[in-house]
Amino acid sequence: MSAPPTKDLAAGAARGRRGGGLFRAAWRHGRTRVGVALTGLIVLIAVVGPFVAPYTPTEFVARPFETGVDGTVFGGDNRGRDVLTRFLWGGWTLLILAGASAGLGVLAGTVVGVIAGYLRGWVDEVLMRVNDMLLAFPQLIAALLVMSIIGPRTWLIVAVIAVSHTPRVARVIREATRAVVEQDYVKAAEAIGLPRWRIMAVEILPNVTGPLLVELGLRLTYSIGVVAVLGFLGMGLQPPTADWGLMINENRQGMIVQPWAVVMPVAAIAILTIGANLITDGLSRAAIGIDRGVGR
Amino acid sequence: MTETTETVLSVEGLTVIGRPSDVTIVGDVSLNVRRGEILGLVGESGSGKTTVGLALLAHRKRATEITGGVVEVAGRDLAALDERGVRALRGRAVAYIPQSPASALNPALRLRVQLCEALHDDALSAAEVDARVREVLREVALPDDDAFLGRYPHQLSGGQQQRVAIAMAFVGRPDVIVMDEPTTGLDVTTQAHVLATVRRMTREYGTAGIYISHDMAVVAELADAIAVMYRGEVVEHGPTGEVLASPRHDYTRTLLAAVPRMRTDVPDRERDGDLLRIEGVSAGYGRTPVLEGIDLTVARGECTALVGESGSGKTTLSRTVAGLHRGAVGDLWFDGAPLALNGRRRTVEQRRRVQYVFQNPYEALNPRKRVRDLVLGPYRHLVGRPDDPDRVVAEALERAALPASYADRFPEQLSGGERQRVCIARAVATGPDLLVCDEITSALDVSVQAEIVALLRGLQDEGMALLFVTHNIALVSNIAQRVAVLERGRIVEYGPVGRVMSEPSHEYTRALLADTPDFAPEGAAAD
Amino acid sequence: MMLRLVAIRLFFGLLTLWAVSVVVFAATQALPGDAALMILGRDATPERVAALRDQLNLNAPVTVQYAQWLHGVVQGDLGTSYSNRSPVTEVLNGPIGASLTLMGLAALVATPIALAVGAFSALRRDRAFDHTTSLGTLVTAAIPEFVVGILLILALGPGGLDVFPSVYSRNGGPEQWVLPVLTLAFAVAPPIVRMMRATMIEVLESEYVQQARLKGLDERTVLTRHALPNAIGPVAQVVALQLAWLAGGVVAVEFLFNFPGIGKVLMDAIENRDVPLVQAVVLLIAGVYILVNLAADVLGLAANPKVRVAR
Repeated sequence: MSAPPTKDLAAGAARGRRGGGLFRAAWRHGRTRVGVALTGLIVLIAVVGPFVAPYTPTEFVARPFETGVDGTVFGGDNRGRDVLTRFLWGGWTLLILAGASAGLGVLAGTVVGVIAGYLRGWVDEVLMRVNDMLLAFPQLIAALLVMSIIGPRTWLIVAVIAVSHTPRVARVIREATRAVVEQDYVKAAEAIGLPRWRIMAVEILPNVTGPLLVELGLRLTYSIGVVAVLGFLGMGLQPPTADWGLMINENRQGMIVQPWAVVMPVAAIAILTIGANLITDGLSRAAIGIDRGVGR
Repeated sequence: MTETTETVLSVEGLTVIGRPSDVTIVGDVSLNVRRGEILGLVGESGSGKTTVGLALLAHRKRATEITGGVVEVAGRDLAALDERGVRALRGRAVAYIPQSPASALNPALRLRVQLCEALHDDALSAAEVDARVREVLREVALPDDDAFLGRYPHQLSGGQQQRVAIAMAFVGRPDVIVMDEPTTGLDVTTQAHVLATVRRMTREYGTAGIYISHDMAVVAELADAIAVMYRGEVVEHGPTGEVLASPRHDYTRTLLAAVPRMRTDVPDRERDGDLLRIEGVSAGYGRTPVLEGIDLTVARGECTALVGESGSGKTTLSRTVAGLHRGAVGDLWFDGAPLALNGRRRTVEQRRRVQYVFQNPYEALNPRKRVRDLVLGPYRHLVGRPDDPDRVVAEALERAALPASYADRFPEQLSGGERQRVCIARAVATGPDLLVCDEITSALDVSVQAEIVALLRGLQDEGMALLFVTHNIALVSNIAQRVAVLERGRIVEYGPVGRVMSEPSHEYTRALLADTPDFAPEGAAAD
Repeated sequence: MMLRLVAIRLFFGLLTLWAVSVVVFAATQALPGDAALMILGRDATPERVAALRDQLNLNAPVTVQYAQWLHGVVQGDLGTSYSNRSPVTEVLNGPIGASLTLMGLAALVATPIALAVGAFSALRRDRAFDHTTSLGTLVTAAIPEFVVGILLILALGPGGLDVFPSVYSRNGGPEQWVLPVLTLAFAVAPPIVRMMRATMIEVLESEYVQQARLKGLDERTVLTRHALPNAIGPVAQVVALQLAWLAGGVVAVEFLFNFPGIGKVLMDAIENRDVPLVQAVVLLIAGVYILVNLAADVLGLAANPKVRVAR
């Protein structure tokens, strides 16, 4: 027998990309690199900030909303605490809360989505109906309702945001799973009698990593937004914690006389979400080709 | 028939390259076609035949550029036309019949709109346009009443959609018509009707036709001349009879040799005792019945073919045998023991002895696994942990005629034919007695098809029984000893291949045999 | 077929609304503290509290309380606000109008511009306009709406160019609407732009559009007759989803601009632990959200001839 021909190589495009390949493909987009740089900058500030802050976050160094005080770079906040110090301290809580809630939400959503998409039938029906009910609550309203009743607690913030992500992630992963289940390699695994949990773990999960990563990025962006907006509405972390969202809430009355106390956290949140979204965009271009045709 | 007619389409040295890669997609192609003639443009996927076809309408795909050559349609040089000129040319001088009318007809528009706008001639009144549309609908044997014209494409069958596409192309009485594999996805009977319509229309209108296809058998029956394309170049161009009888280029010879030929001289073979017995199996999807009362046996070491058109239930039957179809009733016996309809209730040994190869090799391999793990997966699960996994993989690959070095590759690094070999290797690794093959050649180019069929014959010689599912009755005579013909979920004919092919007893089998394009080039010896 | 699908969607919409009412009610049940005490205040005598408890039926089983509450809600009786002792419907009357006007203006500004920009960048695919739009929507879609609002205040409000006021006041002129409307419009537009662009590109690359061009039709006919009708369905759904998002999105924006809408009412009610008011606003927002989503579904179905006209 002669060597197998390669003529029909062009006929079949690769169906999926491997994990490493996905990042490499995403890296080729200039935006991904910009996104990584922006996100990296803010993460650096949030992580290193507390160690280099000139004061402690609750120390009074000026009069309220006073600027141009000796020993401060950006003046004092609404209570007369050092703005720079509070800014440097206020990032890591946001990052941890957002990261935890996005991670948990995506994890739960993936489990629900893969199970619903693979098992179909009544399991799918029940899970998706519950999903629809959860989706009927706008994310922020759900969070506000729970916060207002039980009171703002850290674990509750994470839990509520994670739960509000779950049905949205589950929807996407279910769609992706159904597309994978249609493929014959899943049928091949069934034909040899592989247990269902192994089919889900070995045949399906590795083939939905593309949409999964994109969802993770997207949910992270939204989580940052929700955590920040909860802080801004006074329903997130409570004083005297230094937190970017809360900082905006506390200092917006004095925005005209002391803009720094608002501008710095606002800029940080904006840069962070833009960066996260740019990375997500790069990943989605590389993985799903949502935005076919732009660039290469 | 075609002696006194003028050349209406001529292509000289057409060259198309890809941007920005500068890859030559089509290089130095020259063709000419006379009125009333059809030129068959044959090539496998990626040979550039569609690119040539679209260039005849002054259309280029995204990221391609025509860098050289002259295309003349009815004496007009396409390169010299401006945008207005191109619009006037399309539909009037050159028309196009697409590959899949299901996606080429606009889902949101009624047929009337889509047919009438194809006749964009300011000189005609609305009444004249309407009359012309109805006339051409009658010519392609479609209804011409208002109710039909008021329909949306999704309300038509596949054959009707293709007729509408043909009508749309002929409505402007074009000089040249480009047909891009217009019968893909149609079953043989519908294909035969569509081809007859195309033939008749080109003759009556005196239109020059370009028929693009990968199917040598179809082109041999339809075309007056054949041009064979290979890697962007025309390697052979001549009258159909000449090309078939004495091909000059090696590639043409490969292509011709690969076309399965209808054989009626298949000798009967002694049967060795039943390996698989199917008794009274019925199956359906929800409330729709797909199979009714199927009885069938496969003897040890025998190849039984299951022939039927799309929707006949042949895939459902093969999946039932593999234990993959839910909602089947009836009895299966394997090697004397009952075989559960639900695959999960079968013994490990039964699952090992019955293996399944899927239709589409692009979907049958997990893209995240290397060939080695793909082959070892079922082995580990059904046979046990191997002492020497490398040997198991190497042996399985060798039986599928693949080098052992392929074990480290991922599916995306393989061609379609190679992927299908990996699927076969995966199935034979566990040492099965019965291999169920569901249309395993239909997603592959003809030359690859022939190699896969040869491989299967080799496996059969080693003692493996095959249940070979196909829509191509010509292929059956090349591999099977017994054949069952399925029509709408019932077996209408069942017997030794030789007898069924030479003296079919059922009307449906006769129609199937008659409608399947076939050719017997004098030069090529039947193997 | 179409009617049946719509009926099924409608049924599930109502079911969801009911489930939301259960959740809202159950959530308020978990509230620490006594409703009667809340109404009367800390210094009330135990007798008066007991009397009010009886009157409010707070000693009845939870299911009975829920049934009574739901019965009231269905008839438009949302209870009495704790904080200003007047019926909730009265309290909400003005804010609902204000919020709807705000949302309507934002939608009116954002939708046509977003559709036009999206369609135009699909036509100008891979050129400068397209790249700019793509980057612009990516950036605006990422930033939380209140951050957009603050940035707008910093740029156009006092402290910046000082063209528009940053806080709404009862006797201000129409210019005080500009920044809230603009903020919401910025938040709503990006997904519409992106969807319009993606859908248009998909449609323009479809075989039926290629076929229309190969028939020799002029570009305008190809666009208006063949491309646009097929792009409407999916885009309409996204537009509706964005409008639904507005229902929840107004809260932070109203809070920021001190705008007297339901969002501000909600924040005040939460501050005052005014349970009936919180229940009412959450129910209202969820209701609007469900209804608009339902409309999106129906619109999507109606735009698809495969559903509209049976085989």
